[in-house]
Amino acid sequence: MRTLRFLLQKEFRQIFRDPGILRLIFVMPVMQLMVLPWAADYEIKNIKLAVIDHDHSSYSRNLVSKVTASGYFILTDYTGSYAGAMERIEHDKADIILEIPASFERQLVKENESKLFLAVNAINGVKAGLGSAYLRSIIQDYNREVRTEWIQFPRFSPETSIEITSSNWFNPLMEYKAFMVPGMLVLLLTMVGANLTAINIVKEKEIGTIEQINVTPVRKVHFILGKLLPFWVLGLLVFTVGFVIARYFYGIVPVGSLFTIYAFAGIYLFAVLGLGLLISTYANTQQQAMLISFFLMMIFVLMSGLYTSIDSMPDWAKAITRANPVTYFIRVIRMVVLKGSGLGDIRGELLTVGGFALVLNGWAVLNYHKRS
Amino acid sequence: MTAVTVNNIIKRYGKKKSVVTALHGISFDVKKGELFGLIGPDGAGKTSLFRVLTTLLLAEEGSATVDGFDVVKDYKEIRKRVGYMPGRFSLYQDLTVKENLDFFATIFNTTVEENYDLIKDIYSQIEPFKDRRAGKLSGGMKQKLALSCALIHRPSVLFLDEPTTGVDAVSRKEFWEMLKRLKAQGITILVSTPYMDEASLCDRVALIQSGHILSIDTPQGIVQQFGKKLLAVKAGQMLPLLQALKEHPAVADAYPFGEYHHAVMKGAGRQELEAYLVKRGFEFELKDAEPDIEDCFMGLMRDGR
Repeated sequence: MRTLRFLLQKEFRQIFRDPGILRLIFVMPVMQLMVLPWAADYEIKNIKLAVIDHDHSSYSRNLVSKVTASGYFILTDYTGSYAGAMERIEHDKADIILEIPASFERQLVKENESKLFLAVNAINGVKAGLGSAYLRSIIQDYNREVRTEWIQFPRFSPETSIEITSSNWFNPLMEYKAFMVPGMLVLLLTMVGANLTAINIVKEKEIGTIEQINVTPVRKVHFILGKLLPFWVLGLLVFTVGFVIARYFYGIVPVGSLFTIYAFAGIYLFAVLGLGLLISTYANTQQQAMLISFFLMMIFVLMSGLYTSIDSMPDWAKAITRANPVTYFIRVIRMVVLKGSGLGDIRGELLTVGGFALVLNGWAVLNYHKRS
Repeated sequence: MTAVTVNNIIKRYGKKKSVVTALHGISFDVKKGELFGLIGPDGAGKTSLFRVLTTLLLAEEGSATVDGFDVVKDYKEIRKRVGYMPGRFSLYQDLTVKENLDFFATIFNTTVEENYDLIKDIYSQIEPFKDRRAGKLSGGMKQKLALSCALIHRPSVLFLDEPTTGVDAVSRKEFWEMLKRLKAQGITILVSTPYMDEASLCDRVALIQSGHILSIDTPQGIVQQFGKKLLAVKAGQMLPLLQALKEHPAVADAYPFGEYHHAVMKGAGRQELEAYLVKRGFEFELKDAEPDIEDCFMGLMRDGR
């Protein structure tokens, strides 16, 4: 025990003497949580719209002002030629072209129907899909307005229609941030945990101090615990900093209990630290460790359900997400923060992540040799 | 009373096609309380051998014991009772002098106070800087700190891997003084060095080259084994002189040695050589020379080839 205490003391001393690490530990979460949730927003806004108006009637002007008033579109161009608008798309100055034909108003009044043309830049599929859908619903809305304006009596449309009312559970305002911020917290914990552990141990390899430790009677278990525990504490500290930011900056108050979140985070951290430890047993230089953990982190982030829904992934990708510890914590933290799930609801995830912790740490310990 | 036995140790690096053999069946013994030198150029296998003996590296073949314990089976015992100072400074640069010492004392389950008498001589020289970070120490002080840390648990065998490489002449001399005092305390010391002149400071030395031991003896014994006539020659033009010496049939070997060239003679033939050099038009100075360890090493390397 005395040895372990000294190992821990030494480790904390070194961490607190390294201004780089401290800065990383506190600046990284603050930056990530304050900046990223604003940028990583799925709501498509600021779609650049080019309008080709051949009609120049009051109806066409009404339509255009209704579209721009929606807040989703920015009118970047108002021209008379299709070729001109297409060139705007080619130069990425416009995302969608709305073409209003010359006889728009006349046909609408005389023949009760008229046509509009949409051309969409589909390089960014999400933007193209959502953008044209928004535009279409605005035009439909406009269509309805025009109809009610003309058909004075009967006041109500003779056609039957179904009106849908929906109520949003757990995230009533559909706040995107309430969904993203807890997920980002998980990423933060993962990065701090895996990277710092891996780099710390590899650094000892590089400087040669690990050799000096290896010729001493220090037990493997003590040495490894001496490495894991400080980063476990630091990880939870960073996590707490993140929660404070989420609370006061975004107003996200977990519905479920903090105890549930921390209990899960504690076990999850052991899995992540085990991963860092495992990387360190294979890597010989800090660059190698960095690259390996960077590579893994990319996969972990993209295949965790943080940005994209796992349900819409192909089966093989779903299999990968199941082998990714990040997936479980992101699911759990969203369940607890938004829905108020308790320990009983997350039992399965808890056991799985516990399993990850055992396997990764066990593998790392077996692979760590005091001699080569 | 042997502190270290090495028996036919073979160490290979690499896999399959690119195997490098670092140690080709090395054997020797070190007596208790001896100051044993392992002398050889870079890449001779000194560090590999030390790493095998300090249980950091597994040898492919052969056996070795340190303080009576087998390096493979009883490695745990060995780790309790050896001190190892690697060639490269490998203490925690971001911890202070005192913290480093305390740390190593603790992981050996002892305290600085308990063994202070052993390191007092050495540590007292760096004690004024005990709150300075180890990384900020000068080369000589780093070396003293490393030695203190390697001694803090009162090891029975001390392994010093090239302790004087990159250290100035004064510190080197001091360092060997320290080793002598440690030896007086009964600690067996194995020291490796590429400097031939340090060999005479050891009780016994092993000359090692490309993983082979060329000779093991006391420094005097090794010099006595030389057994050939040695001449030192100096001239205005040293490079053509060396060439001329090598071409003469009575000369077994010639190599630069300080401001002279050393010529190892096959037999007598000093007069013939002088006459030959005069004929070749050299203005030279020639005298008899006493062989030292370096001459022996060169000789052994030549015979080995």
